[in-house]
Amino acid sequence: MTTAPTARQGAVGTAHTRVEGRDKVTGAARYAAEIPFPGLAHGWLVLSTVARGRIRSLDTAPVLAMPGVLAVLHHGNAPRVETDYTGLLGKPDPTTAVFQHDRVPHLGWPVALVVAETSEQAREAAETLVVHYDREPHDIAFTADHPRAYPAAGYGPAATEKGDLEAELAASAVVVDAEYTTPEEHHNPMEPHAATARWEDGRLEVVDSNQGTTWVAGELASLFSLDPSAVRVRSEHVGGGFGSKGVRAHQVAAVMAATVLQRPVRVAMTRRQMFSLAGYRSPTAQRIRLGADADGRLRALEHRSLNLTSTVHEFIESSTAPSRVMYDADAHHTVNRVVRLDVGTPTWMRAPGEAPGSFALESAFDELAEKLGVDPIDLRLRNEPERGPASGLPFAGRNLSACFREGARRFGWADRDPRPGVRRDGRWLLGTGTAAASFAAGAGPSTAAVTAEADGTFTVRINAADIGTGARTALTLVAADALDVAPDRVRVRIGDSDFGPAMIAGGSTGTRSWSWAINLAAAELRERLTPGGTVPPEGITVRSDTTAALGALAQKERHSYGAQFAEVAVDPATGEVRVRRMLGVFAAGRIVNPLTARGQFTGGMIWGISMALHEEAVRDRATGGHYGADLAAYHVAAHADVPAVEAHWVDDHDPDDPVGIKGIGEVGIVGAAAAVANAVWHATGVRHRHLPIRPDRVLLAGAPDA
Amino acid sequence: MSSAPSSTYSAVTLTVNGEKHTLTVDHRTTLLDALRERLDLTGTKKGCDQGQCGACTVLVDGRRNVSCLQLAVAAEGREITTVEGVAEGDRLHPVQEAFLELDGYQCGYCTPGQICSAIAVIEEHAAGWPSAATDDVRPEAGPPPLTPEEIRERMSGNLCRCGAYVAIVEAVARAAADRSAAKEVAA
Repeated sequence: MTTAPTARQGAVGTAHTRVEGRDKVTGAARYAAEIPFPGLAHGWLVLSTVARGRIRSLDTAPVLAMPGVLAVLHHGNAPRVETDYTGLLGKPDPTTAVFQHDRVPHLGWPVALVVAETSEQAREAAETLVVHYDREPHDIAFTADHPRAYPAAGYGPAATEKGDLEAELAASAVVVDAEYTTPEEHHNPMEPHAATARWEDGRLEVVDSNQGTTWVAGELASLFSLDPSAVRVRSEHVGGGFGSKGVRAHQVAAVMAATVLQRPVRVAMTRRQMFSLAGYRSPTAQRIRLGADADGRLRALEHRSLNLTSTVHEFIESSTAPSRVMYDADAHHTVNRVVRLDVGTPTWMRAPGEAPGSFALESAFDELAEKLGVDPIDLRLRNEPERGPASGLPFAGRNLSACFREGARRFGWADRDPRPGVRRDGRWLLGTGTAAASFAAGAGPSTAAVTAEADGTFTVRINAADIGTGARTALTLVAADALDVAPDRVRVRIGDSDFGPAMIAGGSTGTRSWSWAINLAAAELRERLTPGGTVPPEGITVRSDTTAALGALAQKERHSYGAQFAEVAVDPATGEVRVRRMLGVFAAGRIVNPLTARGQFTGGMIWGISMALHEEAVRDRATGGHYGADLAAYHVAAHADVPAVEAHWVDDHDPDDPVGIKGIGEVGIVGAAAAVANAVWHATGVRHRHLPIRPDRVLLAGAPDA
Repeated sequence: MSSAPSSTYSAVTLTVNGEKHTLTVDHRTTLLDALRERLDLTGTKKGCDQGQCGACTVLVDGRRNVSCLQLAVAAEGREITTVEGVAEGDRLHPVQEAFLELDGYQCGYCTPGQICSAIAVIEEHAAGWPSAATDDVRPEAGPPPLTPEEIRERMSGNLCRCGAYVAIVEAVARAAADRSAAKEVAA
């Protein structure tokens, strides 16, 4: 599968600017809502203003009489869709099957689509539409002890259990028993979700912004009962996704309107609508119990996590995932639970499970280190497991200790005074903290086509998505090495469902999955190209499918790892927390493009800062909706919040893996919020177990000697 | 475009990247939508449409401006520069060049706004404008050193959800340094 070694300098591992970079800095790169279509009509979604109930009626007549209005689609007149199917990632979330019935399961549920000639006309008409509801009482109160919570399987089983937890806790020299919470968080990619749908020669064409056109095309074919070959979805440039850009109400509504009107229709979400329609990370309530011998060896580890979901679809935030991988104990119990409330369905968001789960676990480890009087890094290294704590499977390499050694050296950890609350810089209390990170290295079946062109260049067609990860460039480098040519002779085309099925950009699996398929096809193509032979005008194309190769890979615990370090300053008078510097060292397989990889890691770490200090979506219990569903009230880290952030990596090699790539999109956020919270403890002596660490929380918690 | 009463539409002449365009626009049309939907200048991005993210930043008479909070009919007579107009032919603007080389972006959607903002930030700083990060704000103190902290403060109206901030700040610093080096050579 790997190419034969040659004298040529490999492209993989060498910094390469983005192949589409010039288009991005000049504004030439066109995103989904920017492709012109003759005769385009504009759809505007109307969202429910009640959290639970039924639509009694809609006053459509005055709206239809407004200038430019072409149609008002709602449950009384919209095309029917099929929801009883299993898609690429499981059963569909019924919240995407819009306008099928009169029930309202959450505030912000789409109740109508107004289509007009211009977006201004559509917007005014949508805002004019009066909808009458029969309201019913709603419950959106997420509490750790909610009586309707039940265990549920997400990634992996609902619960894992071995050993006698209570006995091991009782026998432990030191016990940590603490509850942690993380709030509702929203992806907020900079590009709002947008899709344009049209029928062209009997085929449905959708220009969209998504994380996988195989996925979206498949879902649309199933929903609208179309032959898969009759649906084409394209998504060339994507302005961020982070888990939110799958099948959503806007694509379905656009297809319905294009079908009814028989002309192209674009539906774009507003930023405010994204808070209701784009998915989000569920809040979590977690409890961790750790029991250890005096030397720090774990006897007991329990991790319980609760998240919420909608009343219509079950989504599990698998927050116990890090405990199932990171540390073993004689008694090791984990369980994920969920409660159904009158809210929208949450979804995957950057490092689903691991991001909130690592906050709890890695904070608890810091608390255990404090109680034991052991260095937090030593404590982790003393608990390195031999096999997967929950699975019993061997590890395919586990380079956590290398990350900690290298990180400690670069950060200057050896000089750290472990006592909390003793360092001052003027009005600021200073502290440092650390945490471990891991994220699964997975891959999904993919196909690729590699063509040797008559002019000596190569074209790769693969249905990958570049949502900002640099995938397009990484795949160019991978293909160049696999073909043993310079990268400028390779053109990689992505984001078109007509290229054949491929894995989505999600779960840090994209670049690994796609590279595998490209390697397979390129290797076979090289065998077919005879030295000195000629290539016919139509080129020579080889196709690959990784399904069999993936199935043959031995079952092991495959993960990337990292060590996170943070230094913070806390003002005890205002409660303000400032991160002064962050450093992460990662073991994440083969790094294809150091230039873009650095951005993936530091971007994830910056998400960690944002998660630790800023992000929190708050719902009004009276209405069931959000306070301030916008980027002013929902603050994501801005330039001024982000200090010097450094990312480094260590060599990391999995001998079984022909590709050697592990995926780097998620691991950067894992543990980052815990490192910040642990640093806040070191600065102030106060534990913050509830995110975000807002000024009011710092003030109410007090500070030593303040 | 359907015909409409003149009370809701007006003719307006917009000067964009040095070219004049006369359009009939709905009075509700923002400058952002006029650029994107009428002039096919889609480099200017719509991130929030309510002045909170900075993705739609353009230069109006040389100063940065969020085009989603400006109506097209109010932009007549102003010199509007978008990301499509900052390069000189095939030669990228030094800020564009620095973003490209230092990877000051990921998904690219906030990038045109970051670039327009950065171009203005460098000019504002050179003109001696202080920021909240400036220690000595007396006019006679002159421009403060353009430290990373100064750049971060001045660029904070432009959100980047990918978190490309580290490289963006490096790119702005490099472009600013190139500008002052060029000025010194010229002087």
